[in-house]
Amino acid sequence: MTKFWKRTYLTVIYAFLYAPIVVLIVFSFNEGKTRGSWDNFSLIWYQLLIEDAEILSAVKNTFFVAAVSTVVSTIIGSLGAIGISQYRKNLRNALLAVNQIPVMNPDIVIAVGLMVLYRSLGLDFGRLSLILSHIAFTVPYVVLSVLPKLKQMPQTLPEAAMDLGATPAQILWKVIIPYIKPGIFSGALMAFTLSVDDFVVSFFTTGHGVETISTLVFSMARRGINPEINALSALIFGTMLLLMLIMNLRTKSAE
Amino acid sequence: MKHFKNLSAPYVVWALIFIVVSLFMVIFYAFTGETGQFTTQHFVRFFSGSTLGTLFQSLKIALISTVICLIIGYPLAYIIAMSTSGRYRATAIMLIVIPMWMNFLLRTYAWVTILSKNGILNSLLRMVGLGPLDILYTDWAVVLGMVYNFLPFMILPIYTVLEKMDQGLIEAAADLGCNKVLTFVKVIFPLSLPGVVSGVAMVFIPAISTFEITALLGGNKTNLIGNVIEQQFTVTGDWHYGSAISVVLMLFLLVSLFFTDREERDKVHASASDMVDTHQDVAFPETNQQEVHYD
Repeated sequence: MTKFWKRTYLTVIYAFLYAPIVVLIVFSFNEGKTRGSWDNFSLIWYQLLIEDAEILSAVKNTFFVAAVSTVVSTIIGSLGAIGISQYRKNLRNALLAVNQIPVMNPDIVIAVGLMVLYRSLGLDFGRLSLILSHIAFTVPYVVLSVLPKLKQMPQTLPEAAMDLGATPAQILWKVIIPYIKPGIFSGALMAFTLSVDDFVVSFFTTGHGVETISTLVFSMARRGINPEINALSALIFGTMLLLMLIMNLRTKSAE
Repeated sequence: MKHFKNLSAPYVVWALIFIVVSLFMVIFYAFTGETGQFTTQHFVRFFSGSTLGTLFQSLKIALISTVICLIIGYPLAYIIAMSTSGRYRATAIMLIVIPMWMNFLLRTYAWVTILSKNGILNSLLRMVGLGPLDILYTDWAVVLGMVYNFLPFMILPIYTVLEKMDQGLIEAAADLGCNKVLTFVKVIFPLSLPGVVSGVAMVFIPAISTFEITALLGGNKTNLIGNVIEQQFTVTGDWHYGSAISVVLMLFLLVSLFFTDREERDKVHASASDMVDTHQDVAFPETNQQEVHYD
């Protein structure tokens, strides 16, 4: 393959991946409501967006649920990984197999399982069930990102700390946790991303008019989408891009 | 370090309730009727009714999407991985990940604007004098939505394997008289199979179970197994039947995953140990679920 054809191929695929995003962003500045035809440049949808209570509450719910479930699942998952790493091999493998179930199972089966579970427990569908569900499907990913770090840690490290008179709590806080910190951070980041992005589990386990961005988009798409949503997605995308650039620049200057 | 075992108590309890019990509840629901008595009627209904046809239809569409993802994704991963510039590779992969930051329902819905009768695609086609392409709300729109959403899940694991591949093996093949095509067929492709297998699984599983892509791009014409499950839980209210379909879907995936996994693993094992005993680890990279499971 010549360089030219490689370039062309890459360009075509990237165009395919970015076409919908460009369309969304361009049409967020379109005055008209009909999609597909361009009227005039306007910021009207951005203005309407900041006044729209329904969308704002969905944004608030999304980030509230993501924040709470990330904190809880990071704690449960990290401690879980520390404990699991000390288990006998058989028990450890059994637990890891269980841990793998939500990772491999289709989202819809996880969602249906949680729905049935909540009904059996008599739990109302709403913000609480939503948070519990998000913790449930993100914890396994935290465990999976912390475990490799624990495996890397030489067993002599906590042993040395013990020989030098450290209490178990000190070993945990001063030796183990600092060592596995990168794993904890990447687990938390993943939990947060998965939570913000989730649609299927949220769709099935929420209730009482508690909407997230995803569930709101889905119900709006069915009754004809509101261009305010374009404005919102343009804003979110812009923010993410900016955060990435800042992070990139910071790691570069740190080098 | 024994006291640290207790730290996992909350996790173990959590996993028991939210993973094990919830799974058993689905199975329990699948095998009981409205009054809680044991029954297999839901499965009888599934295997004798039209839902079985829906499962095959889902299978077909998911397979087509997976094959298209593989055909498009493999060359892309290959081109990027074989570049000698690390900076180029990092940027190219970043460009594949970035779109996933935007809500995937929004990205999927944007295709309606592009594909609709008076949409962007048809305006472009009209400019070059081609007839309108009316694919919105057909199976092909659903396939397009699946390929669009899941392509990165195919590219990333294949890329990871290709990038970690020992360049020495490729040079050795060349030294021993393989031409480029033969090197690819005999060395590169067999070694990349673990990436292909996990890519296929990561595309096929969401593709066969999706209901949201069908709802957005398929209109009401395309009905897949995910849509049937969704309707049982949200519209019809027949949770027992919905659970039974979920169990069938789960078993089906488990069985197919088990087989592909075993077969491919054996194949890769054989070809890897044929070539060089010391390089077996090349064939078994840690396929990093974390990196790729963003959506």
